[in-house]
Amino acid sequence: MERVPVLKIGDILLVSIQIDMEDQVALQLQEDLAERIVATGCHGVIIDISALDIVDSFVGRTLATIASVSRVLDAETVVVGMRPAVAITLVELGLSLPGIRTALNVELGIEMLARARQESNPDLDDDEDEADAAAVSTP
Amino acid sequence: MPLSSDEASRFADLLKEHGESLTTRWTELVANGLRGRLSSTELRRQIEELRKGFEQALRAGSVHLTDEASAELRAQLSELSGHRARQGFNATETAISVYALKDAVLEVLDNGTDNGGLRDYVAFSSFVDRAALFTFDSYVQVREALIADQAEQLLELSTPVVKLWEGVVAVPLVGTLDSARAQVVMERLLQTLVDTGSPYAIIDITGVPAVDTQVAQHILKTVVAARLMGADCIISGIRPQIAQTIVALGIEFGDIATKASLADALRYVLGKTGNRSLSGKRTER
Repeated sequence: MERVPVLKIGDILLVSIQIDMEDQVALQLQEDLAERIVATGCHGVIIDISALDIVDSFVGRTLATIASVSRVLDAETVVVGMRPAVAITLVELGLSLPGIRTALNVELGIEMLARARQESNPDLDDDEDEADAAAVSTP
Repeated sequence: MPLSSDEASRFADLLKEHGESLTTRWTELVANGLRGRLSSTELRRQIEELRKGFEQALRAGSVHLTDEASAELRAQLSELSGHRARQGFNATETAISVYALKDAVLEVLDNGTDNGGLRDYVAFSSFVDRAALFTFDSYVQVREALIADQAEQLLELSTPVVKLWEGVVAVPLVGTLDSARAQVVMERLLQTLVDTGSPYAIIDITGVPAVDTQVAQHILKTVVAARLMGADCIISGIRPQIAQTIVALGIEFGDIATKASLADALRYVLGKTGNRSLSGKRTER
């Protein structure tokens, strides 16, 4: 069975889904990700679905579950790069994926995570701010 | 060759005298042309009214259709053709309703006399009528094709997505928003969001003449789809009457930001982004 690679970049885990999202793959990813979050202690997860043509209700629910699990492990999840056609289909099906944060692309996703981190930990403001700014302002 | 007032009154007498048989024959002739797409009682009522219209116009001494005395007949004719057009009949089928009067009158006249020359002429005249009708039919077809083309062009032209600021795009909607247009607008907007990487979109409905539940539904779907992709939509350009309609219809925009004008919407978006990327850029320069 194919697996989706989970890459660690700084304080963020990056998952780029490049294969067809079958149910087993989605469940495997959910488990892998939970383990990696604990192992690395990352505080953010970015799931890039820009290569996905189809997002069905199961994948949608799995993404929501991943977001919930990560939140329990103190990591924010952002789903990025959803294609217009996928978004339209989901809306027509009445699936609005509640509880999932979304961003247009990976860059904006990283920015969003940095902001969320800053808001939730205002005490860390001083050091984190500089680190974030450095991370964000290099396009 | 116009009618003389003498002839007009003689025709009026004829229409009155043979009223019943004329209407029956006329209705038959028209019914053949329409092939049962109109109920015969309905058709007969229309024809009877039309006959009376002709009779009155001729009685009043009308020698031209443009005369004052024919005003009522003209109104009847335009009502009839409007009716036929809406029911999907073509130009020939519509005009035949009027031309058939000639055939009916000829048959009534024919009973008494035997005039070969007149019959020939009438037959030829009806052939020319058909030719004229065919011309007109083709003309209408071309016109309709033109209108369809223009409607399509309008569909493409009227949905631009403009970049308003760094990371902010706007869609100024103009005209009625039906399902087809809503779909085009939605696809364009979402594609532009991806292409430009803009996290904010402003949907400006200043140019939308009316907002009903369906239009609102289309806008809401677009907003939800944009959210799924990670962009936020603001609806602007809501006119006072439209705001009242929205409330009266019970349409809920939920947590979607709505602003009265495009300027307000832009200010709102800049307020949200301003303390980050924009101010950062400004200090860099």
